[in-house]
Amino acid sequence: MPQGRSPILELQGITKAFGGVEALRGVDFALCAGEIHGLVGENGAGKSTLMKVIAGVHTEFSGRFLLDGHETHFRSARDARAAGIAMVHQELSVVPDLSVAENVFLGQQPTNRFGLVQWRRMAREAGEQLKRLGIDVDPYSRLGDLPIGLQQLIEIARVLFSGARIIILDEPTSALSPPEVERLFATLRQLRDAGTGIVFISHFIEDILRVSDTVTVFRNGRKVAETAAASTTKGALIEAMIGRDGKALEHSYSDDLMLPPSNAGSVVLKVDQLTFARSLRAVSFEARAGEVLGIYGFMGCGQQELSRILFGKLKPDGGSLAVDGRRRTFGSTASARRAGIALVPESRRAMLFHQEPVYKNITISILDRISSVLLKPARERAIAMRQVEQLQIRPPVVGLDLGMLSGGNQQKVALAKWLTFPPRLLVLCEPTRGMDVGAKNDVINIVRDLRAKGLAIIVLSTEPETVLSLADRIVVMKRGAVVREFANEAVSKDRLLEAA
Amino acid sequence: MASSETVPAGRKRGGVAPFLRSQMRNIAPFLTLIFLSGFFAAASPSFATLDNLGNILTQVSVTGIIAVGLTFVILCAEIDLSIASIANVTGIAVAYFTMQESYVNIANFPMPGWVAVLLALVLCALLGVVNALGLTLIGIPSFIMTLAMMQIAAGISALLVRGQIAYKVPDVIATLGSGSIGGIPWIVIVAALMLLAGHLVLTYTRFGRYVYMVGGNREAAEYSGLNVNLILGSVMVIAAVCSGIGGMLGVAHFGSAQQNEFDSYLLDSIAAVVVGGTSLFGGRGGIGNTIVGLFVLGVLNNGLDHVNIDSFLKILIRGLILLAALVINVYAQRLRARTAE
Repeated sequence: MPQGRSPILELQGITKAFGGVEALRGVDFALCAGEIHGLVGENGAGKSTLMKVIAGVHTEFSGRFLLDGHETHFRSARDARAAGIAMVHQELSVVPDLSVAENVFLGQQPTNRFGLVQWRRMAREAGEQLKRLGIDVDPYSRLGDLPIGLQQLIEIARVLFSGARIIILDEPTSALSPPEVERLFATLRQLRDAGTGIVFISHFIEDILRVSDTVTVFRNGRKVAETAAASTTKGALIEAMIGRDGKALEHSYSDDLMLPPSNAGSVVLKVDQLTFARSLRAVSFEARAGEVLGIYGFMGCGQQELSRILFGKLKPDGGSLAVDGRRRTFGSTASARRAGIALVPESRRAMLFHQEPVYKNITISILDRISSVLLKPARERAIAMRQVEQLQIRPPVVGLDLGMLSGGNQQKVALAKWLTFPPRLLVLCEPTRGMDVGAKNDVINIVRDLRAKGLAIIVLSTEPETVLSLADRIVVMKRGAVVREFANEAVSKDRLLEAA
Repeated sequence: MASSETVPAGRKRGGVAPFLRSQMRNIAPFLTLIFLSGFFAAASPSFATLDNLGNILTQVSVTGIIAVGLTFVILCAEIDLSIASIANVTGIAVAYFTMQESYVNIANFPMPGWVAVLLALVLCALLGVVNALGLTLIGIPSFIMTLAMMQIAAGISALLVRGQIAYKVPDVIATLGSGSIGGIPWIVIVAALMLLAGHLVLTYTRFGRYVYMVGGNREAAEYSGLNVNLILGSVMVIAAVCSGIGGMLGVAHFGSAQQNEFDSYLLDSIAAVVVGGTSLFGGRGGIGNTIVGLFVLGVLNNGLDHVNIDSFLKILIRGLILLAALVINVYAQRLRARTAE
């Protein structure tokens, strides 16, 4: 906080728990008018939780909440908005079927004295506001027809020009191109100079350093540092985010880790100049037999789209894929599967049948190799039982409905689907997200076994630990492009974060 | 640790209450059937007779044949509104390709009986393929696609008969539709065989498994590398062909082929499948449910005639029963989902 100014917003000793787990522990936070306050921290460090407390989304917490020096307690997000606090959430919340202008004025359309919406005035003002952000788009066009980055900018515009005096931006730049980021920053500075207090959360530490006046670092639900942006560096911030004090529960990966020299086999997958909408820009890499390739990047870096293209769910706009040297275009997930590619998406719900027994879940993707016309339930159960034993799925009952298994065991079932007849290439998205230490280790061992069997494996994750614990070679993606490759060299969490 | 991840308490296998809850969609229609049968048996002495059972079976046969294919469609969480129209146009087509009596004023193309049947089957299969392509290739929701097909099939019917009525159908169709063997109407036997075939396909074949999995979670089916479009397309064609067979036999059964002859069969078939407990959200139910649903509908229609009720009130009562079944259907889905969470 700049010296000599009193804060418009002050939080003292905020503690917030979700079902016994403390997401925030005694956090103090202050925001002044005319200040851009950057927040950094790892996933789950408590940044978003604190912002949701400020925006009235979380109303149950302990600690003091002072607005203009007066103790305040919001009962809803509506209260917070009425008090002049507006927030852009991480997840896009626009209405694709409404026009651009309607989205900009969502919930506060200008009306005349008969209560009718003033369409022309709305369109004109929306157009003017968007121009300030450098967006030249017809205010009458349907929002859903615009690219995701533009939709994100329009949502930001809605909040920026809502007249709020406290504005919170949670990861606003993940889908924006560099010039768009520039224009956003210019607008933020204008608003700051006009006296608005702005909180800016981002994984992109360069962005934070460029635009913020003050930077606060969070780790494990605590505020660990607050400093003027001018007097710190990217390295210092990353160090504060990760923590050097060594009391990590598991391997923290803060120290250097040597990636092994490549003794991998033939190239199984060659991706060349892959382009997809605004999500992927000329992405090229190779995956080899007997090797785990880690792909690391922040949320929105294009990983998810990449995995869907590899499995035939999305069709790329440009570039090519080659499997075992043969160029392929996949019209469907079925053709990708036949080409020997398997995908385990990040959401279990997306690939499991909760109301069906475990064995049907395990055999569904290999049913055509078990039976031609008639089902062979006994054989299916035997195959499923073998996987259940190998992966130590609990309880070991293949007839049980999948929904009755715990999350970690469901994740193992998702893997088990592809293991009876191993594919050539296995693509794993966030394979250990939300798992306890034991289940994580199980998954790591399964992946190592598969590598030893000669599979090519790609692990995509937004968590550096996941990539570091599994990968032999690491590709870092940033805003849809490959920006760095680590092979046969030292790598650490710092270096990954630095590159991304 | 893996060892600590066991089944949450209270959800052990073999618990009676959770089992009953998960079987709600199978039990409720069955109880409805028993209740309705008991009620009509008590209300009218002519209801619970062997003769009347035969009547009921005959009355639900055409609906049953059409409902076989519709069960596949609804299991995939899709809908087909064109079944009755396709039944109608197929029935008309088979008559169109048959030599009519001289007083029938339709410019038609007489063919040998087996060719007429084959052409009619090809026609309904083609209409099913159009449904399938609209749904999968173009991505039109099945509700809208089959609404259009309903009109298209009705249009073809109208062009073929031009307001006239045809009476003759090939001998084999006439026999299957209105003949009987050993006192049992052929149409009942055909319906029973088709229901049985549908049940066997759904329960014991790979395709049947795919139908349930696509209906249970389409996204998961796609991420399992199934050709979801092929399966969806197939069920639309199956529904159209079943409707076509029902239409041909129906025309023989009624003794005439004319416009709008099958209109009431759309609602009856959907009602039979849904009242039987097959989930509108897909993945749950089957031919067994459809059979119970057919009997509920058959007993209701037939029984209301026996108790001498105002025939206009009959329509309202049928609507109310359908509503009750839908409520149970949605409620059972919710219970089941909660048990599985």
